[in-house]
Amino acid sequence: MTFPITPRNVVAALVAIGLLLLPLYSHLTGNIFILTLFTRIVIFALAASSLNLIMGYGGMMSFGHAAYLGIGGYAVGILSFEGIGSGFIQWPVALAVSALFALVIGALSLRTRGVYFIMITLAFAQMAYYIVSGMSRYGGDDGLTIYKRSNFDGLIYLSNRVQFYYLCLGCLFGGLYLIWRIINSRFGMVVQGVRSNEQRMQAIGFHANRYRLVCFVIAGTICGLSGALLANNTDFVSPAVMYWTRSGDLMVMVILGGMGSLFGPVIGAIVYLVLEELLSQFTEYWAMIMGPLLLLIVLFARGGIMGLLGRLRLG
Amino acid sequence: MVNSLADPLLRVENLVRRFGGITATDNLSLNVMSGELHAIIGPNGAGKTTLISQLTGQLAPNSGTIHFAGRDVTRQPAYRRSRLGLARSFQTTSLLPDFSAIDNVAIAAQAHDGHSFRFWGNARKEKHLRDAARSALTRVGLEARADVPVSELSHGEQRELELAVALATKPQLLLLDEPMAGLGVTESARMVALLKELRREVTIVLVEHDMEAVFALADRITVLVYGRVIACDRPDAIRNNEEVKRAYLGDQHVVVAHG
Repeated sequence: MTFPITPRNVVAALVAIGLLLLPLYSHLTGNIFILTLFTRIVIFALAASSLNLIMGYGGMMSFGHAAYLGIGGYAVGILSFEGIGSGFIQWPVALAVSALFALVIGALSLRTRGVYFIMITLAFAQMAYYIVSGMSRYGGDDGLTIYKRSNFDGLIYLSNRVQFYYLCLGCLFGGLYLIWRIINSRFGMVVQGVRSNEQRMQAIGFHANRYRLVCFVIAGTICGLSGALLANNTDFVSPAVMYWTRSGDLMVMVILGGMGSLFGPVIGAIVYLVLEELLSQFTEYWAMIMGPLLLLIVLFARGGIMGLLGRLRLG
Repeated sequence: MVNSLADPLLRVENLVRRFGGITATDNLSLNVMSGELHAIIGPNGAGKTTLISQLTGQLAPNSGTIHFAGRDVTRQPAYRRSRLGLARSFQTTSLLPDFSAIDNVAIAAQAHDGHSFRFWGNARKEKHLRDAARSALTRVGLEARADVPVSELSHGEQRELELAVALATKPQLLLLDEPMAGLGVTESARMVALLKELRREVTIVLVEHDMEAVFALADRITVLVYGRVIACDRPDAIRNNEEVKRAYLGDQHVVVAHG
């Protein structure tokens, strides 16, 4: 495989290197905050990348993707609360429950298209939100504190800031590699073909919805992993993480970075969360600045930041 | 009707499809024999595309049956009929606009090469899919345009690509919905030449407005008016059929005489 030297690839490579070297910078400057911030960013980048798989490549505008953040998080939280601290149990459960939820939601939602699909995925995510809010044993509305991070004894220690950061980064790079393989595989070709022209794909012999559903489940499972990471990062999980505005945040990251570009959601997550951080230092009404900014991107930069870079020429 | 010992490849019986108060397909019966090129003509609104869509499974009939290769496919979805060897081209070009020409064809070949739940290997590097796609492109004369995105192909090239996509599914029966639509004189001539070659390999149902092409190509012609078959016969018989002349040909009579 070859990666031509284009502005997009150069930026992606620089960002990847930057992310790899970040703990070094943090160590040298003594700036712990930046490591904490970027751990969060990396986790959301993985979640946004999984959404990109169905939204950008599959054309499925899911407005309930944050549900898997919650499901992955609660799987870790609840098991920990019930005394099962091993990550080797917690994480597979988080992934399995996310996959199952995606399978059920997908099987029902994928009967619809367009706006109806957006609304039905939103409705299911909100349902999950209210169910979790009602689980009084696990903190209900107030959320659930996780007193001990997932235990991977002998392998990796999640309470070590640097080790945890690299675990998150490893998951992100692994997730991106997986998505990259998928979109270039036979399966990925079918999913992208269905996005492009469903009727045509049926006519040449593909049962479109089967492929859509499997893609939906893969994306949900990857996002469930982000959820498990996020819960460990905050030592806490609450219904708020699956509220519809969170799903909106993920969509914004994807659109901002560039839908249907592999690295776009990573850029989107970085820009969105760094801006949020910076702007909220000036004013609590940071959304007033973020809003118009997004509007400009959507109006003038279809394809997001990666789309803009794609139009640049080197040399 | 021609008497034959062989069963027809496609047998349509008493097909009815209504849209509200309009009967677009009105108790229509039709046989397509293996190896023939069967043209379907009729004035605008005769229900030709409606018929094709029912044959391929995009549209369900209200009643009647469709048998293909000895099987009742009336209730089978489009993707399954495609698996059985029924391919169509669309009247208004319907390709994958984000894909290159060769990807459009390769994915059609892929559809008929086992399931596609393969997540790892690079589909664009599977030699037999690429080769199948390239040979289908070569058949329609598009080999030099293989890597061009569909959105940058000319209209004529897109029509040819439609055909290549259908061919890549290795069909037994090719349903062509106005392949000549919107083509210039030269392009039309190329398409006719191409169809003349293809008819030797595959059974074709051709819906077409270009009478010259129809009479040059068809073994048999079915004439539809208001969703009903008013005639089904060899081209010379259709040409002299009084009812057809009255109902449909009219001004085009002259053109037909030249055919």
